Amino acid sequence: MKILAVCGMGLGTSLILRMNAEKALKQLGIEADVEVSDMGSARALAATADLILTSDELAEQLGPVKPKVVTISNFIDLNEMVTKLKAAIG
Amino acid sequence: MDQLSYLVNWIAKDIFGVPAYLVGLMTLIALIASRKGAGDVVGGALKATLGFIILGIGAGAVIGALTPLGALITGSFGVAGVVPTNEAITAIVNDIPDVAQNIAFAMFIGVVASLVIARLTPLRYVFLTGHHMLFMATVLTVVLYNAHVEPVVQILVAAFGLATMMVIMPAFTMPWMKKVTGNQPVAMGHFGSFGYIAAGVTGQIVGRGSKSTEEMQFPQGLRFLRDPMVGTAVAMIVIYLLLATIFTLRVGEAAALQSVTDAGFAGVAGAAGGFLGFLSTMFNQALIFGGGVAVILLGVRTILGEIVPAFAGIAERVIPGAVPALDCPIAFPYAPNAVLVGFLASVVGGLVGFGVLWAGLGAALVVPLILPGMIPHFFTGGTAGVFGNATGGRRGAVAGGFVNGLIITLFAAFLIPVMGAIGFQGTTFGDADFQWFGFIVGNIARIEGNVAALGIVALCAALLVFASWFQKRFVDTDWVPGGKPADTPPAGIEPVAHGAI
Repeated sequence: MKILAVCGMGLGTSLILRMNAEKALKQLGIEADVEVSDMGSARALAATADLILTSDELAEQLGPVKPKVVTISNFIDLNEMVTKLKAAIG
Repeated sequence: MDQLSYLVNWIAKDIFGVPAYLVGLMTLIALIASRKGAGDVVGGALKATLGFIILGIGAGAVIGALTPLGALITGSFGVAGVVPTNEAITAIVNDIPDVAQNIAFAMFIGVVASLVIARLTPLRYVFLTGHHMLFMATVLTVVLYNAHVEPVVQILVAAFGLATMMVIMPAFTMPWMKKVTGNQPVAMGHFGSFGYIAAGVTGQIVGRGSKSTEEMQFPQGLRFLRDPMVGTAVAMIVIYLLLATIFTLRVGEAAALQSVTDAGFAGVAGAAGGFLGFLSTMFNQALIFGGGVAVILLGVRTILGEIVPAFAGIAERVIPGAVPALDCPIAFPYAPNAVLVGFLASVVGGLVGFGVLWAGLGAALVVPLILPGMIPHFFTGGTAGVFGNATGGRRGAVAGGFVNGLIITLFAAFLIPVMGAIGFQGTTFGDADFQWFGFIVGNIARIEGNVAALGIVALCAALLVFASWFQKRFVDTDWVPGGKPADTPPAGIEPVAHGAI
């Protein structure tokens, strides 16, 4: 499965999301590729992704997309990531 | 022997001399050190190399679009000017092989050194904002290169400067970050920090009794500007078209077209010719600028996607329990309205700064004009808004954003001269810390000989000592500007345990 981590520039926050998601996936024993993206290209890339990770406000801006959108409120909280990923795909 | 020297020469010039390969090799080392599998190591290193190639392709597009812009600004105001965009100037500088090599080494050594400093001093911050490491390595290497410092000294001094900034700025912003986040163990890892502290202080001064920005409704219509690609394109279209019109009104159509052509830009009047042809060509150039920046970002993203996780993995083992210092949007969820307020106020501050520079040109102040670059204004202005709001509510957010905009505009004007010929490319660094630190380092570097290098090293050492004192006196004692915040973060944001990352 393919997960897309999205932030404004696709440079900072999304990378943190990706690193945390990879850790969480390992804990959950789920095989998945996590890629980063900026807001601009996220809508196009969403077509090939199975899940999107982003913040509440950016999810609003992203609008309706095909894959399920999981919003993370604390980017560095591994527990939140694990819980939400588990609920979404586990 | 001849064959040996041929081989050495080949390795030095055609392999180490190609910055893209050097970046790939550095990534390779970082990935090996973080104990990745062989496939991940090779794939990651190749990806980082390709990222650097992409960076160069984007640089070409942006340089092309900056040619007419330079002529437009000079023609409209009678003096040269620039639009600060970190991505653009970094890509342009990294197109010069001599400098790019040194930047790659400086960044690598600096990042490792920052871990060592974080381990040995009270400044236990792990700076994870990769693009800002690259930008800081670039600005420091350029000012040292421009001062004709020897290459090896350039690399070592720039690396030490980078390492210092990576641990001191998160410490200095920490009290305000605590105020913003409600005592979360998250630091600000972004080189716009001088502007954020200024915004926090300003907010506290002007904001007594002002309500939070989060208690007001903000028009949804402005939110599209939060997409940096759109924001940059919109701003560049306005700038190009406005300047083309001013220029034409000032000197007439023929003269305006002629001077843009003379600047080395062919086909300035489009296929139809005349003023409308001129406008449509400039519109197209504005879009090429926006698209070029997007390509550069893709390149940077491709490089960092490999380096930062490797670095974070190493950091986790070397400095357990350290505080992660993250990119500025980490502050955005704590006050989303303040982001927009701060952004708009920052642009206004930038325009006022532009006015000050323009008016000041008649006097002794001989510096270039700085037009607002949208990416720096959005990210640093938005963060300044959040800091200002934390200490001074709505009034604080407006004043904080405004002060940030003024700072990044005026400081940019002073950074450009120390970057020399490289600095004057129609764009420069847009965030406060690149500017103030680059300016100081660049000016010390002008002293002849190795005295300059010693001076910069002494400066960094002094900053480290001061930051360590600051950390112990203010951060470790939980001092927070304007009184203690609630010990819990605002509604909707879960608290984090220490060392959660």
